[in-house]
Amino acid sequence: MSDNSGLTLFLDGEEVGFTRGESIFQVSERHQKDIPTLCYDERLEAFGACRLCIVELEGARYPVASCTTKAEPGMRVTSKSGRLEMHRRVLLEMVVSENREVDVNELAGYASQEMTTLVDRYDARTGRFAGGKSGTSRADDPNPFILRDYEQCISCYRCVRVCAEQEGDYAISVMNRGFDTQITTEFGGLLVDSACTFCGQCIQTCPTGALADIKALRAKDVEEPVEKTRSICPYCGVGCAVDIMTKGDRIVGIQPAMDGPANEGALCVKGQFAFDFVHHPDRLKTPFVRNDHGQLVPASWDEALDKAAAGLLAAVNEHGRHSLYAVASGRAPNEAGFLMQKLVRAGLGTSYIDNCSRA
Amino acid sequence: MSNPLKDMEKPDVIFCIGTNMTECHPVAATRLKKAIANGAKMIVADPREIGLTKLADINLQLRVGSDSALLLGMAHVIHREGLVDEGFMLDRTTEAEAFLKHIEEFTPEWASEVTGIAPELIEEAALLYGRAERGAIYYTLGITEHICGVDNVQGLCNLALMTGNIGREGTGINPMRGQNNIQGAGDVGAIPNNYPGFQAVTDPANQAKFSKAWGREIDHENGITKVRALEQAGEQIRAMFIDGENTVVTDPDREHCERALESLDFLVVCDLFMTETAEFADVVFPATGFGETDGTQTNTERRVQRLRKAVPPPGEAKPDWWIISRLAQRMNFKGFEYSGADEVFNELCSLSGTYAGLNWDRVEFGEYQWPVPEEGHPGTPRLHEDRFINGRGIFKLIRYRDPAETIDDDYPVWLTTGRRLAHYHSRTQTGRSEGLDYLRPHETLEVHPDDVAAWGASDGGWVNMSSRRGSVRIRIESTTRSPRGTVFSSFSFNDVPVNVLTGSGYDPVTDTAELKVCPVRIEPAIEPTGD
Ligand code: SF4
Ligand code: SF4
Ligand code: FES
Repeated sequence: MSDNSGLTLFLDGEEVGFTRGESIFQVSERHQKDIPTLCYDERLEAFGACRLCIVELEGARYPVASCTTKAEPGMRVTSKSGRLEMHRRVLLEMVVSENREVDVNELAGYASQEMTTLVDRYDARTGRFAGGKSGTSRADDPNPFILRDYEQCISCYRCVRVCAEQEGDYAISVMNRGFDTQITTEFGGLLVDSACTFCGQCIQTCPTGALADIKALRAKDVEEPVEKTRSICPYCGVGCAVDIMTKGDRIVGIQPAMDGPANEGALCVKGQFAFDFVHHPDRLKTPFVRNDHGQLVPASWDEALDKAAAGLLAAVNEHGRHSLYAVASGRAPNEAGFLMQKLVRAGLGTSYIDNCSRA
Repeated sequence: MSNPLKDMEKPDVIFCIGTNMTECHPVAATRLKKAIANGAKMIVADPREIGLTKLADINLQLRVGSDSALLLGMAHVIHREGLVDEGFMLDRTTEAEAFLKHIEEFTPEWASEVTGIAPELIEEAALLYGRAERGAIYYTLGITEHICGVDNVQGLCNLALMTGNIGREGTGINPMRGQNNIQGAGDVGAIPNNYPGFQAVTDPANQAKFSKAWGREIDHENGITKVRALEQAGEQIRAMFIDGENTVVTDPDREHCERALESLDFLVVCDLFMTETAEFADVVFPATGFGETDGTQTNTERRVQRLRKAVPPPGEAKPDWWIISRLAQRMNFKGFEYSGADEVFNELCSLSGTYAGLNWDRVEFGEYQWPVPEEGHPGTPRLHEDRFINGRGIFKLIRYRDPAETIDDDYPVWLTTGRRLAHYHSRTQTGRSEGLDYLRPHETLEVHPDDVAAWGASDGGWVNMSSRRGSVRIRIESTTRSPRGTVFSSFSFNDVPVNVLTGSGYDPVTDTAELKVCPVRIEPAIEPTGD
């Protein structure tokens, strides 16, 4: 690390340290410079497409993209100036002019507010460059997860890059250039016929809602505000951290936790989309006990707990401590498993307990 | 896993065996893809052509159930070519000499006979792993769900020990755990041989500790496994309490399992849904699920993370901790007066060496991987860095054993079972979530096109598949993902209860069922009429 010590540059007049390999953007971000970006996702290789992140370098004629320019010792960087802000505003006006809508429902995806937020910050809803069109939407794709509204696409290629770099799936790519640019699958077909695994990563990185979460948007007309609660995916053992999106008492969608220690923002189709079971009408809402006719019928907690305790104890009293067996769940929280084993050990002094790992 | 998930981006040689990672642990697989993009080489051993196959440099398409022979053959080559890490073997292992002698007889030609893989490929794979700077092994149930599951795991340990590929970044022996908290279920002592924190039941010191903590004598002897308990149902075992498991569908030999539950005097089940298993119960408790409860859960890399409540549960459903502790109270058991999940977790930490340095507040952000032996300890992302828990790594002299049942004239086809990306276990959750059925609406039997033709069946047509235990009707999917003579299906769909067929045998040490191998017979059938 010795070649990293003492590296400094000047950022808006202040001398700051950096590590070799860092971009100007990364250094600036560490110093809360709040440089606007649109094609940037910190998990991906910087791409330099939107040019919103431009900064001025002493000695350079034109501003440079800070996300793709490496920090060098002694550089003198200006992150904010009248000229830069004007450039940024014009760029935003042009970007947004190609889109059908500026306002995007926040349920669309994790990054879906990025463009709208910047357009408002730069007061760029002028419509000065209206007329262009971004891409052709794929309303014909019947997949139930990913909305493909390419009229909202700004060609930041974050979706293509997240699919390739983060997922390693290479399901989508870019076709044509300029106004004809179009994000597409290998043969221009449906996602289900491509290499797509429906991980939803492209939805979550899209800054305009061009790619959007169809399942979450089912709740777009529900009045209540969106709240997020951090938890862990209920499926496999990777343990991806998620933010559960709720409106009132309903789970309306899932977003990956970008700082989740196990997943660092990634999810798979199950963690991303398979949550409706929580509110499914089949959920058990009361205890059930078997009645004298052999049928399982709803019961109160009192009744069910008493009946269960009596039934289990009857076996123990008649056939001994080793006649009761407990099976803990590999799906339930640690507290459940702990208490299941405590029930037989502290209650009966046996270790007649197992979990579902053997099958 | 011996190593953290982030280490999956670090190996220069990856060896995946018996793991369909792109479908079963997709997010972990993305990390391997990054390692490959950075130049890592990958060996994949699997009977089928799976997602990983396309990414591999060496593919070892072995006959189902022959893994241990492959591992012996590879060890033979590594030794013969002088690729063993002598320093590591000397400093950190025992039985090395006996092991090196033991593997002399297991030539790649012998392994080829058993596995059906060309000897040159076995050599190539052995050389690649043997020469790795950082070699990492990943496996799942394709290794353990065999009668020789323990041997398979030990075969993998032998490879890592002889090459010193353990205890360093980007190396290790890494089982990927299937269920969200199956790691935790073992950690907290829900196993017949260990108290919480893997403290052996048979150790008198542990027995004394827990007897004192809980104020009663506890047996010196291990309990019995679930497999044995089901066998003894109606005899020694008269009552069961099952939490959150659809035993009837996910366990092998469904009929045997149903008979076992029926023969109980009393059954209590706790679950989210009225599952096939709950239907057998005398009392069913409604439990809270995802997003409805506070708690903790431990992932495959031993990371303890917090679960949080986001919405109220339906009706009167209650958290598991509440249900179990209230039931225990009504049974007049002492020490179950909890008022929240935090109290339960803190008691667990106070009794478990591996969680000793944790408590409810400290796991808030999920940054700890156990063991965390005392407060202030940073956790242990990587196991075995300086030493093994028991001092030295022990080589085990394993041999190849045939599966419990092998193919013959009556049952001439190998069936192997597994999981699908879009669904999970018995589909109680994914089957009730909109859209997942778009990706996989029904079950199919994956059959090689040549076999489809030879059996007089057709792509999309129906067949009867029978084993020594039962028979199911299933739709054919003609695909080269299956090799000739081997077919594949998952057990996720209730209308194709594949576990009616399985259950030929169990590992003698762990009682793990041989779900990955089952000889079957396949005959064309007519389409079932839906009723
Ligand atoms: S859902 Fe995932 S795999 Fe499919 S296109 Fe988007 S990023 Fe790629
Ligand atoms: S999101 Fe997918 S990979 Fe992550 S824990 Fe859930 S099931 Fe596993
Ligand atoms: S963020 Fe730097 S060019 Fe887009």
